[in-house]
Amino acid sequence: MKEPTARSHRIACLKLTLILLSVWAFVSFGCSILLRSWMDGNMPSIGSVPFGFWMAQQGSIICFVLLLVVYAVCMRRLDNKHGYDEE
Amino acid sequence: MDQDTLNYIFIGLSFALYIGIAFKSRASSTKEYYTAGGGVSPLANGMATAADWMSAATFISMAGALALGGYAGSRFLMGWTGGFVLLTILMVPYLRKFGKATVPDFIGDRYYSKFARFVAVLCAVFICMTYIMGQMRGVGVVFSQLFSIEISSGVIVGALIVFLYAGLGGMKGITYTQVAQYCVMAFAYTIPAFYIAIALTGNFIPQVGFIGEYIADGDPVPFLEKLNNINQELGFAKYTDGSMTMVDMFCITTALMCGTAGLPHVIVRFFTVKNVKAVRKSACWTLAFIAVIYLTAPTIGAFSRVNLIAQLNGIQYSEAPDWFARFEDSGQMTFEDKNGDGMIQYTGPLAYRTSDGELVIAPSEKAKQAALERDSQAMTDPNELVFGADIMVMANPYMSDVPPWAIALLMAGCIAAALSTAAGLLLVLSTSISHDLLKKILKPELTDKEEVRWARIASFVSLAVAAYFGINPPSAFIAKTVAFAFGLAASSFFPTLLIGIFSKRMSREGAIAGMISGISFTLGYIIYFQFLGGDSADYLLGISPEGIGTLGMLINFAVSFTVNLFSPAPPLEVQQMVEEIHIPSGAGGAVDH
Repeated sequence: MKEPTARSHRIACLKLTLILLSVWAFVSFGCSILLRSWMDGNMPSIGSVPFGFWMAQQGSIICFVLLLVVYAVCMRRLDNKHGYDEE
Repeated sequence: MDQDTLNYIFIGLSFALYIGIAFKSRASSTKEYYTAGGGVSPLANGMATAADWMSAATFISMAGALALGGYAGSRFLMGWTGGFVLLTILMVPYLRKFGKATVPDFIGDRYYSKFARFVAVLCAVFICMTYIMGQMRGVGVVFSQLFSIEISSGVIVGALIVFLYAGLGGMKGITYTQVAQYCVMAFAYTIPAFYIAIALTGNFIPQVGFIGEYIADGDPVPFLEKLNNINQELGFAKYTDGSMTMVDMFCITTALMCGTAGLPHVIVRFFTVKNVKAVRKSACWTLAFIAVIYLTAPTIGAFSRVNLIAQLNGIQYSEAPDWFARFEDSGQMTFEDKNGDGMIQYTGPLAYRTSDGELVIAPSEKAKQAALERDSQAMTDPNELVFGADIMVMANPYMSDVPPWAIALLMAGCIAAALSTAAGLLLVLSTSISHDLLKKILKPELTDKEEVRWARIASFVSLAVAAYFGINPPSAFIAKTVAFAFGLAASSFFPTLLIGIFSKRMSREGAIAGMISGISFTLGYIIYFQFLGGDSADYLLGISPEGIGTLGMLINFAVSFTVNLFSPAPPLEVQQMVEEIHIPSGAGGAVDH
């Protein structure tokens, strides 16, 4: 009984990790560095600041915090579902 | 009451607070010395980790790097926050489940080899040493500003203070001391930003002012446009462009991020909470607390650049504002009247002065070269105002009427920033040497008491080395020196820990070869270009030493997997252990080992 639980928990956990990391890479390397000029030109400005520049100096950091909140919440659910909850 | 007296009072009060807390919870046994008894709440641990994280590089140097670098400075912002995502999602929950006190402990057990542990200890020592060098420089800059003394004397005073409370208090003292330090730092950093935001943009929230309009003189213009114009008028690259290639920017950001996820003194922090769930929560809090500072830094950088230029450029030296003398006294801002007109002229790399004495801003680097060839008598660098990035945060509040108590608070915050990280690092360094190197490898018969004594000797010696490099820094500003430490961590621990956690098959031979090749390549590259006079034209693929950790990391991965193909699989119990660490429940207390 224990083995399949551990396996499905691990797979679900890996999936979540990959999803969160692709968002992480997109907001930092994507929006702020590699695609920055395109973002500046084609995305709506934030206030008076071009989108790519704003992402590099403000937006990406906000996204990082949100990613960790999502991670903590999703992992807690995942642990509970698989019976790994403590307390 | 004058500014200096107020500074001393605020710093004295904050120190009384930290030392009071440290003494109250003074560590008694080794177990507590290392992990503070294992039961710190996620919120408190988050704050303490944030304080630990907000080093001199972040607090003192980063806003200045942004002011001077514009867009290029974003590498620090993204690198040092984005790394926490990697750290939290890929590393710490698993390492916490594994339940050992230090990173070399994990590497030694996972790779079933004393030699692997030994290599890991050496890597930790190199990383922490490089990092402390930056911190000692920060301590020096702050004390030199505070007492109007030379930086070298400032470094020595700071080193003694760090030794006192890291050596005597241990981690338990440090965790609660750092909660207090975080509070001091957060207020110290943001309050001047509020005042300046109102003065320049009319909006008291700096992040809103940053995306709003500049209203301080004439018609309102978008704030960043104002900055771009100023930069271009003086012959600098546009603020929103910076002067860094995309490849370099990408590599440095990657190195800083992966380095964060492999930084031993940050990983260790998460061993102080009670279970895996608390680790995730704690990491969330940490990043949220850090974000408060990181979202304010770009605004401070931008505001201070506008203010500095408005108040100094084109002003008669005899009429320069009072605060300028303060920074001249400590030797951190200098004015050299190159054309003898008594006026301060601040210019960038595109400016030159013709033989007739006219100041010209060339449209491009090429145009400047061509003009200089035609006019061989021209002055190639007419800039008369020299200052380092590290001074901007401290100079900033003087430029906009920020009340004296807020400046005093800022000084207290600067000192807290430099000291707290130095203390945390010192602990990891001394633990690495006394616990991992002596107790686990060289002298297993060591008693607990002797181990603590060795830890103190080790921290004294490493502080002396760090102080030396604080006086003779390896790079132009603190954030850059610290970036080297991240490059070393990215090229050594990050790949090895990552593979160790996610692959059952990786053998000790692969891991050891990977770590050694990664860190020696990175260290060699940094030493060659920073100390042995390598020319920046010879950069490999255009990557500066700051970003070379990314290449070192790829080398580590490649070597690890290649060697792994030709080496036997790890023993069964190690493979089982790797499976175990992916199950989040049942992590033992941090002290039960």
